[in-house]
Amino acid sequence: MKPLELVTQLLELIAALAAAPLFLGWVNQCRAWLQNRRAPSIWLPYRGIRKLFYKDAVVAEGASSLFRAAPYIVFGAMVVAAGIIPSMGTRLPFTIAADAIALVGLLATARVFQSLAAMDIGTAFGTLGARREMMVGFLAEPALLMVIFVASMISTTTALPAIAENLASQQLALYPSLAFTAVAFTMVLLAENARIPIDNPATHLELTMIHEAMLLEYSARHLALLEWAAALKLFNYACIGFALFVPWGITTGVDNPLTLLASIPLLGAKLAVTGAALALVETLSAKLRVFRAPEFLATAFLFAVLGLLVHLLLEAGR
Amino acid sequence: MTGVPFDLQLLNLCAALLLLLSFAMLAQRRIVTLVNLLTVQGSLLLIATLLLAHRTGEKHLYLSAALTLALKVVGLPWILHQLIRRLRVYWDTEPLLNISGTMLVGIVVVVFSFGLAQPIAALASTATRNAIGIAVAVILLSFLTMITRRKAMSQVVGFLSMENGLFFGAMSATYGMPMVVEFGVALDVLVAVLVLGIFFFQIREQFDSLDLHHLERLREQQPRGKES
Repeated sequence: MKPLELVTQLLELIAALAAAPLFLGWVNQCRAWLQNRRAPSIWLPYRGIRKLFYKDAVVAEGASSLFRAAPYIVFGAMVVAAGIIPSMGTRLPFTIAADAIALVGLLATARVFQSLAAMDIGTAFGTLGARREMMVGFLAEPALLMVIFVASMISTTTALPAIAENLASQQLALYPSLAFTAVAFTMVLLAENARIPIDNPATHLELTMIHEAMLLEYSARHLALLEWAAALKLFNYACIGFALFVPWGITTGVDNPLTLLASIPLLGAKLAVTGAALALVETLSAKLRVFRAPEFLATAFLFAVLGLLVHLLLEAGR
Repeated sequence: MTGVPFDLQLLNLCAALLLLLSFAMLAQRRIVTLVNLLTVQGSLLLIATLLLAHRTGEKHLYLSAALTLALKVVGLPWILHQLIRRLRVYWDTEPLLNISGTMLVGIVVVVFSFGLAQPIAALASTATRNAIGIAVAVILLSFLTMITRRKAMSQVVGFLSMENGLFFGAMSATYGMPMVVEFGVALDVLVAVLVLGIFFFQIREQFDSLDLHHLERLREQQPRGKES
């Protein structure tokens, strides 16, 4: 293991941990601007997390140890995921541990524990949120896997850094399959991160909330960790998207610290553009009824499968 | 696909978009939007024909592109919009199968047609032979659109989209049909739409609706029992 690889790995982890709330703040700010509201400070997520860490934790009566452990497990899973996803460099020592399919499994583990913890205390809202989350999750996961399969078939590997490296080094060409899967991935991202067509992160309305319903009984440091984990999840999904669809500017070489330095502002620029685009999509679309969510995610799955088929027919046979 | 020339990449993109449009038509319940999608399909066909004409330098493809423009981008959509306005049919009723189910059946159909087209593509020598599978898929998906709809109007749109698929298939397999055949087909389609337009008025006169399930009952004097 070369020292520079270790530096890249640490840099990515620290960047993910530090920049995830900032990214969330940026999305919220853009959304407020687009909706003609006065924007909250971009640092607001940090302040919220710090405030929560100073408070005393209260745990619901009858909560088991699962309820206490879940925030740490969810947060841990998100940090490990951040270590696997190549956001700046592709030579990461951690990535030997898990490929893209294991990454999907890691995200699923976090979801399962969060849902279990929400059902653990036995309140109606927690159970409702957990059930809806599982429904969205089981529909979104096949679509996400299909998206990853298309990228894997193009670069004949399931290791995410190798996919990014392969796609970044390829000559610029029109890939209809990648265009389809990019649409599918955007839809999965919106659904998985409780963004607007599926869930509204800014509301606590009982009939519609999914993600917030699962966090209702949490307080103080547990809540802080879960909110940080949610921000990290959004950041991770954005980085998976970059690795699959806009991998240019990622450091693929081994021994050049300068390119690594150059990839930091580039990642920032990509995140800024993505955040603004995400806010635009959220502003333009209306929240769907919960019963329409399967239709939305079936469309995402369809796009991903079409991407796969189009790749097999038009691109693979050459 | 690094070594593929740019115009062929564009053609592949057109083919992929045609497939996507077929699915959009399958999912669409508003008839006006369905006709608009048909117009977009015609336009994509036009672009594909022009690209292929430019690539192969065959003169007759320009002629068939002009025919596509006149008939499929301007003529038929105009007639259909007129018919919709005159008949006041804007929505299809609930399709026979729900949307997600239709989509899944659609995916199976696409896989089937890709398999079906594989041996044909292996025999063809054109640069666009890989798009034959997509053309077959478009044809079968249009079939599916016709099967899952109740209103006569959406079935006609499905029929026209099937003709578009056939046209695209002929184009990608052999660089287009002979000009005489193409003119004949174009005339047939035009006449078919006109005749079907008259049929629409007749059907509505008889049943006060364009729902084709009324046609399944044979006579007026049959008891109004359960529809089966």
